[in-house]
Amino acid sequence: MSVEQAVVGAPEEDGAKTTPRHVSRSVTLTIGCVLVGVIVIVAVVSLFWVPFAPEDTSGRRLMPPGLPHLLGTDKLGRDLLTQLMIGARIALAAGAGSVVLGGVIGIAAGLAAGFATRWLDDVVSALLDILIAFPTLLLAMLVAATQAASLTSAIVAIGLAMSAIVARLTRVLVKRVLAQDFITASRTSGTSWPRVVIEHVLPNIWPTLSVNLALQFGLAVLAEASLSYLGLGAPPPNASWGRMLQEAQASVFIAPVGVIAPGVLIVVLVIGVNLIADGFRDVADPTRRRRR
Amino acid sequence: MSLLEVSGLRVRSGDGRDLISDLSFTVDAGGRFGLIGESGSGKSLTALTIMGLLPPGMTASGSVALDVPGMGRTEIVGAGERLLNRLRGRAASVVFQEPLTALDPLMRIGHQVAGPLRRIQGLRGRALREAVTAALEEVRLAEPGRIAKAYPHEISGGQRQRVAIAMALACRPALLIADEPTTALDVTVQAEVLALLDGLVSAHSMALLFISHDLAVVSGITDHVLILKDGVAVESGAVLDVVNGPRHPYARELVESARELDAALDGLNAPDGGTR
Amino acid sequence: MTPIIEAREVGFAYRRSAAVLTDVSVGVMPGRGVALVGESGAGKTTLLRLLLGLTRPTTGQILFDGTALELGDRARMRSFRRDVQTVFQDPYSSLDPRQSVARIVSEPLRSLGLLKDLPRTARRAAADERVAAALHAVGLPADAAGRYPHEFSGGQRQRVAIARAIVCEPRVLLADEPVSALDVSTRVRVVDLLAELRETRGLTVVMVSHDLAVVAALCPQVAVLERGRVVEQGDTAAVLGSPRHPYTRRLVQSVPRLPARPS
Repeated sequence: MSVEQAVVGAPEEDGAKTTPRHVSRSVTLTIGCVLVGVIVIVAVVSLFWVPFAPEDTSGRRLMPPGLPHLLGTDKLGRDLLTQLMIGARIALAAGAGSVVLGGVIGIAAGLAAGFATRWLDDVVSALLDILIAFPTLLLAMLVAATQAASLTSAIVAIGLAMSAIVARLTRVLVKRVLAQDFITASRTSGTSWPRVVIEHVLPNIWPTLSVNLALQFGLAVLAEASLSYLGLGAPPPNASWGRMLQEAQASVFIAPVGVIAPGVLIVVLVIGVNLIADGFRDVADPTRRRRR
Repeated sequence: MSLLEVSGLRVRSGDGRDLISDLSFTVDAGGRFGLIGESGSGKSLTALTIMGLLPPGMTASGSVALDVPGMGRTEIVGAGERLLNRLRGRAASVVFQEPLTALDPLMRIGHQVAGPLRRIQGLRGRALREAVTAALEEVRLAEPGRIAKAYPHEISGGQRQRVAIAMALACRPALLIADEPTTALDVTVQAEVLALLDGLVSAHSMALLFISHDLAVVSGITDHVLILKDGVAVESGAVLDVVNGPRHPYARELVESARELDAALDGLNAPDGGTR
Repeated sequence: MTPIIEAREVGFAYRRSAAVLTDVSVGVMPGRGVALVGESGAGKTTLLRLLLGLTRPTTGQILFDGTALELGDRARMRSFRRDVQTVFQDPYSSLDPRQSVARIVSEPLRSLGLLKDLPRTARRAAADERVAAALHAVGLPADAAGRYPHEFSGGQRQRVAIARAIVCEPRVLLADEPVSALDVSTRVRVVDLLAELRETRGLTVVMVSHDLAVVAALCPQVAVLERGRVVEQGDTAAVLGSPRHPYTRRLVQSVPRLPARPS
């Protein structure tokens, strides 16, 4: 055993994690699930019932929390709680939509890049690096310039920006897996390349990739909020938390709840997603199961 | 007079497991001692403990004492960093297994060999350059001038290991610890490097602690051996006694396995060309 | 008799690089395993890859049962893959960490279509049976099938790799340094296992190795490579027992030996 192995622990030892760390990983996962779960429940409930109609501007403006508006009203007299609940839908849709779009494109491109050799690899890597150099917001504004600002255009912009990052990560992971002997062993067992990709490459890159995608979900939510804040996301009356922040900031001293509530929810969702991503890593990996 | 005295050494990992238990042995000045074990036996960890280089999280208890002429007797376990730094390179130094990682890839060879010479012997300028050339010549590297200007990736594995040996010997330590120094090398290169080590250790009357899993290699270069299994010493004694008459069952298993493979080479000269 | 696999005047070089192999001719007769011996840079791993049909030689040919191996001929390659299987050097890299041992060992059966003549419902049971037989042949317990690679030691993983290699009952086993990454006591056990499989299954073992003792134990023929050329080849006993080429002599003399047993 080399010195490095003596220091880090022989491979078998990695599987039997020490109790304290193992416990804290599942605590992380639980807290994350609770946080995200609450928001998901709110979003689902909003599909069936909200306290007031979203366009209802009958309430008095900028009211503090009380009855009948449990969290108060915004500058146009709309119920804040209703807006927040619908905003949950938009935040989750933005996160999920971007991740699906960015994930599918990114993984496909990354797979192709992972298999590419020499000059083709250099070209693809350069293209990816150029794409990544574009700030997401800049990309979003470009997309918005070509069509009207909407949730869809925001999702497309965020998804495209994300796909480059996912592609670059996928490429590295694919290359690492392809260098392993079990890929060659699979080929000498007669397995065709497409099946090698499905049976060996994808399952081995998935643990790291899934953690990354979970993190990207949180970033997508933040990105959508930022785009909405800048007026490039879902237009009114669709309530995005980011847009709510932007509209309420002028009256922050009169009705602080209008700023605090959406801000807190954004933070809660992003932290929850990150905690899940962190705890997820262990659950997905068979090598981390305790040795019997 | 014993140069290195290890008594009741115990090394515990961060999560309370005993990696080395109750290890005791002595190496006399100028003596040749071998530590034999397979992976996970704790042999490399022993080398690190002697140099005071245990990774963070591991704790050592018991005693490891280095008694070097001119520096008195120093207890390594629990010693402070300054004290240990004075010993490293001067009292004891190490040659590791992997020649690829033993050298800094971004630094020229000459510069790296000069390091210990500058630090410990206080040489500068021309004296330093001459000492570097002498060190490289001592390990039988042809064209020491060219090698001194080269980077590690520009020379072969065998040459890198010779450079590592040159660095370890630069300040004439009383004890040289060699941790699997030839395992990563080709067999012809291994033979040359082992012969080199043997010659240099004798020439400078150094003590040698040779760590390996290869029984044949160890028996060729040491006089006394200790067999480690899972951090516990299972057998020790003169190398010929242990190899020809092992007592502990694990030692017997190890010797038998080595004999079986060794015998295959003997069978070649038999009239029927004995492949099993 | 035709050799099962043969390299005929094979040369290999990467684009715009020095030749890795030059004019190499080695033939493997059924039942007479060959060891490819040499040090790093000798080209033995490249030769192994060529013999495995993983790359095309730059010059010369690789022959399988007397006819040239066409990498594009799928039916022929399938038959080749069934008859020629391999074991790699690093037991920690040659098994997919995310697959169970059963899935790993049964992969050749699935990919080579060896069970396709059976009705769908019977395939799983047939595969399980053959996996169990292979695991038994390599000395692993039956319950190993449901476990994952990280639960096994290096020597055990190598046995799993060997089980995968023999599950489709090949004629030739091409092994790349199969025991050099293993501990000494495990090494002997795996060498014994390979010798046993050779006897009981009529397996021809072709091995790449730098370890002359292992070579002497497993292969009656040897080809010594130095810098991409075969410098000496023939019966192991003759070549290693009384080497003629200076490189072979140096190689043999360099092997560290145990002190002789007292008489």
